Amino acid sequence: MQWRPRKYDFQAMKILIASPLRSYTGADEVEAYGANLRALLADLDARYPGIRFRMIDEQDSVRRHMRIFINGEPVKDLKYVLDETDEVCIVQALSGG
Amino acid sequence: MAKAKARAKRKATSKKQPRPARSKDGLLLVATRKGAWLFRGNAARNEWRADGPHFLGHIIHHVMLDPRDGKTMLATASTGHLGPTIFRSTDMGKNWQECPRPPAFKKQEGGRTVKHTFWLTPAHANEPKVWYAGTSPQGLFRSEDGGITWNEFSGLNDDPKYRAWMGTEQDGTPNGPKLHSIIIDPRDPKHLYFAMSGGGVHETMDGGRQWKPLIEGMEVVAGFDPKTVTFHDPHCVRLCPSNPDRLYQQNHCGIYRLDRPAKVWKRIGKTMPTQIGDVGFPMVVHPHDDQTAWVLPMDGQTVWPRTSIKGAPAVYGTSNGGKSWTRLDAGLPKSQAWWTVKRQAFAADRGKPVRLYFGTTSGEMWASQSEGKSWNCIARHLPEIYAVETAQI
Repeated sequence: MQWRPRKYDFQAMKILIASPLRSYTGADEVEAYGANLRALLADLDARYPGIRFRMIDEQDSVRRHMRIFINGEPVKDLKYVLDETDEVCIVQALSGG
Repeated sequence: MAKAKARAKRKATSKKQPRPARSKDGLLLVATRKGAWLFRGNAARNEWRADGPHFLGHIIHHVMLDPRDGKTMLATASTGHLGPTIFRSTDMGKNWQECPRPPAFKKQEGGRTVKHTFWLTPAHANEPKVWYAGTSPQGLFRSEDGGITWNEFSGLNDDPKYRAWMGTEQDGTPNGPKLHSIIIDPRDPKHLYFAMSGGGVHETMDGGRQWKPLIEGMEVVAGFDPKTVTFHDPHCVRLCPSNPDRLYQQNHCGIYRLDRPAKVWKRIGKTMPTQIGDVGFPMVVHPHDDQTAWVLPMDGQTVWPRTSIKGAPAVYGTSNGGKSWTRLDAGLPKSQAWWTVKRQAFAADRGKPVRLYFGTTSGEMWASQSEGKSWNCIARHLPEIYAVETAQI
């Protein structure tokens, strides 16, 4: 069955995707809906199954080497309320070999 | 009487399952820090074809072929950045799908997080789609649908006594504390063993309702109390397929053997040459002869270099249950080879004679067609090798 977005009061947000997660999305920029970060990640996982657990652990914490920036600010609280104009970036920490 | 009943029950439940038809070609499943490789060998095992990398850039901790159907493979994966997952193939590694629910602890206050799935064990032949997995930090998981979805198994992960024995992550080994060596008694699917680094060896007779430590006779680092379960660091435990009452163990503190129903491990590593000692990681048992086993000693002095002793790698084999050991190094470098071989990176096939394979952290694969009497290198320049498994296809 083709995925269809649920009805929301606002438009889909654009999300920049870190390169390690592009095997899920196939693109560096995707869209998802959510009134807060938790809902946004749930929607993202519905579109790209498995992607959430690779960046958020089972205790609902952002994984150690992953970062989520909203409008340029790092956010770890999944209850963070989103606005449709927010810019969401999921990035990986810089690392060595 | 109770023991006799238990044995009779184990015998009764052990049904022979039809094995899938196989050719005589060999398969090596090699997990590395940067991906997985499948090496396909001809019947003579003198030609190997590398198939890989699979999952380039992923840390692959273990790849295992299901011996019950001969085609399902699971690969446990993580990366430097992303959380852990398991990939699954049902066509011998041609195509892979990600499992939708990999092992994860339950969400709760102060709950733990699986860093990676370290160990995979297909369950009993009578439970065709059941698999077990051990994680870092220590957790025991079970899948009943061929590795697609995973659940915590048996309440062990939250048992206060076991949590205390597991210790914290800070108490664990440098790459994280691990639950490993999940062993199923081929006569009884409810009789299981597992080991923890650290946290000892454990056994259940009732399918995981009750677990009991099995640490008597095992030594710990000098100055610590061997009665304290958490101080025990078994590196690798193996059950002899030809005699399921016999277990061998390579421990942080020596090599051991246990003949059930006895509960006291016997340190058989004391018969190793004193200049070699009995420290190491892997333990390999002969598939047809319970008197024969192999180890790959590592330097365990001072700060634990964990390299071949004096830079001269050697396998040591026993053919009398550990009464004596023979150095088996023909074909291996004689000097300046500072290898480390991890606990899952040494394996035997089921051939006659048995062929042995090990992979080094410096990315070399070595093979012996003569039960260790001579060795040759079959692959170089791989990433750091974490695990090696064998299969016949």
